Amino acid sequence: MSNNERVLKFHILRYNPQLKGDIPTMKTYEVKEAPGMTIFIALNDIRENQDPSLQFDFICRAGICGSCAMVINGHPDLACRTLTSKFPDGEIKLMPLPGFELIGDLSVNTGKFMRAMSERVESWIHDQYADNVDLDRLEERMDPDVADEIYELERCVECGCCVSACATKRMRDGFLSAVGFMRLARYALDPRDKRSDEEFYEIVGDDDGVFGCMTLLGCQDYCPKDLPHQTQIAYLRRRMALVR
Amino acid sequence: MKVVYTDSLVIGGGLAGLRIAIAARQRGYDSIVLSLMPAKRSHSAAAQGGMQASLGASIKGEGDNEDVHFEDTVKGSDWGCDQDVARMFVNTAPKAIRQLCAWGVPWSRVRKGDREVVINGQKVTITEKDEAHGLITSRDFGGTKKWRTCFTSDGTGHTMLYAMDNKAIQLGIQVHERKEAVALIHEDGVCYGAVVRDLVTGELVAYVAKATTIATGGYGRLYAVTTNAVISEGIGNAIALETGIAPLGNMEAVQFHPTAIVPVGILTTEGCRGDGGLLLDKDGYRFMPDYEPGKKELASRDVVSRRMTEHIRKGKGVSSRYGDHLWLDITLLGRQHIEKNLREVKEICEYFLGIDPVKEYIPVRPTQHYSMGGVRTRSTGESPTMKGLFSAGEAACWDMHGFNRLGGNSVAETVVAGMIVGEYVADYCAQNPLNINTKLIEQFMDREKEKISALLSRDKGENPFELKKEMQQIMMDKVGIFRNEADLSQAVEELKVLHQRSKNIALRHKISSSNPELVEAIRVPKMIRLAQCVAYGAMLRKESRGAHAREDYPERNDRDWLKRTLTFWPDENADLPEVKYEDLDIMKMEMPPGSRGYGVDNTIHHPDTEKRVAQLEEIKKANPNADRFEMQRLLNPIEIPDKFRGKNERVGKGFK
Repeated sequence: MSNNERVLKFHILRYNPQLKGDIPTMKTYEVKEAPGMTIFIALNDIRENQDPSLQFDFICRAGICGSCAMVINGHPDLACRTLTSKFPDGEIKLMPLPGFELIGDLSVNTGKFMRAMSERVESWIHDQYADNVDLDRLEERMDPDVADEIYELERCVECGCCVSACATKRMRDGFLSAVGFMRLARYALDPRDKRSDEEFYEIVGDDDGVFGCMTLLGCQDYCPKDLPHQTQIAYLRRRMALVR
Repeated sequence: MKVVYTDSLVIGGGLAGLRIAIAARQRGYDSIVLSLMPAKRSHSAAAQGGMQASLGASIKGEGDNEDVHFEDTVKGSDWGCDQDVARMFVNTAPKAIRQLCAWGVPWSRVRKGDREVVINGQKVTITEKDEAHGLITSRDFGGTKKWRTCFTSDGTGHTMLYAMDNKAIQLGIQVHERKEAVALIHEDGVCYGAVVRDLVTGELVAYVAKATTIATGGYGRLYAVTTNAVISEGIGNAIALETGIAPLGNMEAVQFHPTAIVPVGILTTEGCRGDGGLLLDKDGYRFMPDYEPGKKELASRDVVSRRMTEHIRKGKGVSSRYGDHLWLDITLLGRQHIEKNLREVKEICEYFLGIDPVKEYIPVRPTQHYSMGGVRTRSTGESPTMKGLFSAGEAACWDMHGFNRLGGNSVAETVVAGMIVGEYVADYCAQNPLNINTKLIEQFMDREKEKISALLSRDKGENPFELKKEMQQIMMDKVGIFRNEADLSQAVEELKVLHQRSKNIALRHKISSSNPELVEAIRVPKMIRLAQCVAYGAMLRKESRGAHAREDYPERNDRDWLKRTLTFWPDENADLPEVKYEDLDIMKMEMPPGSRGYGVDNTIHHPDTEKRVAQLEEIKKANPNADRFEMQRLLNPIEIPDKFRGKNERVGKGFK
């Protein structure tokens, strides 16, 4: 952290699709850097003191909720935990995450995409008895290692970085993307989910699914939670290839 | 005029709100959830450390049951809670956790055999029983007799919220995202839904429902520094208050968490101390045993936060450009443990502080964390004065936390209240056909439209961001951990001025669609009113109870203050809320007031306490053969939905 106060330059894409005739433009804002400043702090400073119309999304501001993914100097990442001190020249270019419907400026509609993804992979435990479990009795046992492994895959925060970093998704609009593969892999690993490989194949066994992946692995490179996308995609592919 | 009809409208898409929508849906009622953002981003996701439920599978949880959990919860609340509700809660918590297990939460499990843990700064080996292998395990948390906090690493809230939202998706429950309820629609003491603003298009839509539930979380953002998400602004509480009919309960009961990082206030879980972490001062000295020789770092949150503040005031804090702080030391837990069970904490330290908590101490300070107060409800979750209005989770004052909540009891409350209140919401939908005049809807819609056009047309006036900052600073400086008459009365006066000024907000950016400044302008006057409820309630309560600590009234005063604060705002033009009180009846308590066992017991007792203690002794003597369930029914019979009445099984104990 430098003790000399710097003036940061934020170059931000401005566009409000709600305003008729609005044209996307890049606007530059200057902000005096403070110690420990994150992009969360800087953007709020701009909104409060320079331009109250600036749109962006933050919820937890602690890297937990996944709301604030944006393209920061060309790389998708969580803005809330990105320190401005990371950028030696003090020039920070912010763009909304591609691959999602734009709400305005840096705000995108990840919610719609993620709900559709969850519906597509049927992101829930498939067990006809799940709703008839006797809640008074001991829960079904699970191997402690299996529980830990499931949690590893469940750490995804649906931020959308993997979707925006995916070249296949850019070419194929219906591509499920790494977030969907990870979700499916999580349920495939879970002994409580009674779906068979044939049933999983119905969901991901095509070019919009796991066979469409070109293995460029932007997902692996840009996942803020360091989830094992590469391993899981390779594993799912092998497992699905064995189905037919 | 656009109107959306449903049976059960839920405002807020966190754990409590989703669970209520699920309950109503499973009973065959249409449910719509309104959320400011995708439901999976709700603040519930930030709960790291765990959920309390007395499963007693881990060896350190052996002997745990509903009674022990009840006792901890009541003591933790400093006898301010509703004991009927606490009873319903402890009985249902094991069922809630088991249901979430069936719905997919990968709870961390017991592994049979030896494992090394850190207790009181020492490495100790404990041996888990063979027969518990694979059951849900638990960790230690503050203010609890047993290791009762069940967890998924330190991502408990995340995994619970994902399982819950996925269940809602499975059931086809609609979550209407980026929608904000700005007013409740009501007439003659009955609630009929809400006026809702679309945060993208700016359109106002009326959501009309048989039952309306407020599940919008806490009001932490009334404070300048808080662990809460930026959306925890209490707007759900405010729209209930603005009806003038529905009261808020115990708004002055605000919890400060001992270990948020400095300066940004992001939480590091109580699991850090539960798993053996220590608090150190500027000399690297472990000071908590000097203050609280019994529970040390694992005293209740309010106690630890006060002790830390006292220690800092003695000059023992570490000075920094952001003010004094103390250290949280988890280095003694070792890399393996931290990377597995405290990995969110590790990430937070790396990203926001640039330190590795495996090797370095974490700078921490007590920080606003939880709102015990909220929309006052009966044990059914319904407002006592407004039919059809329900509330659950942190937004509610259901009141199982009284004046201090135990760690791990908040996510537990969200799902347990969701289950219980959800049944009552469904009952309400079954019994009350929707009967509303569209003129009423129009009237409420017009009122909100007019308010917004006034904001958009005013040329000169107050800046909403500035007003909010001033309010947050007043709350920080004058309505904090330690309180006194001078500060509180100043806060009340200053907030009155802000309230006046908030009637004259003008915008720089005058468009009605997606406009962050307009959102702020709508919220800030509501937040200022809530702040007034907190500050005024704190000024009037002349005792110390739980998290409400008065320097000028240090004793808990059961004689005069064993009562719940109810705050109303009947006159829109008034400068202060109206405050009433609701007595807590000792003669009905299963556990009459006693000592929490921290520091000196300087309680001023209520005359009924002695009477009730004697009465309980008699009942116990007269029924020497009653088992613990029969005894509980004798001491305090409670209503609970049939579904959740059963006894809970525990390993090695059966249903005893």
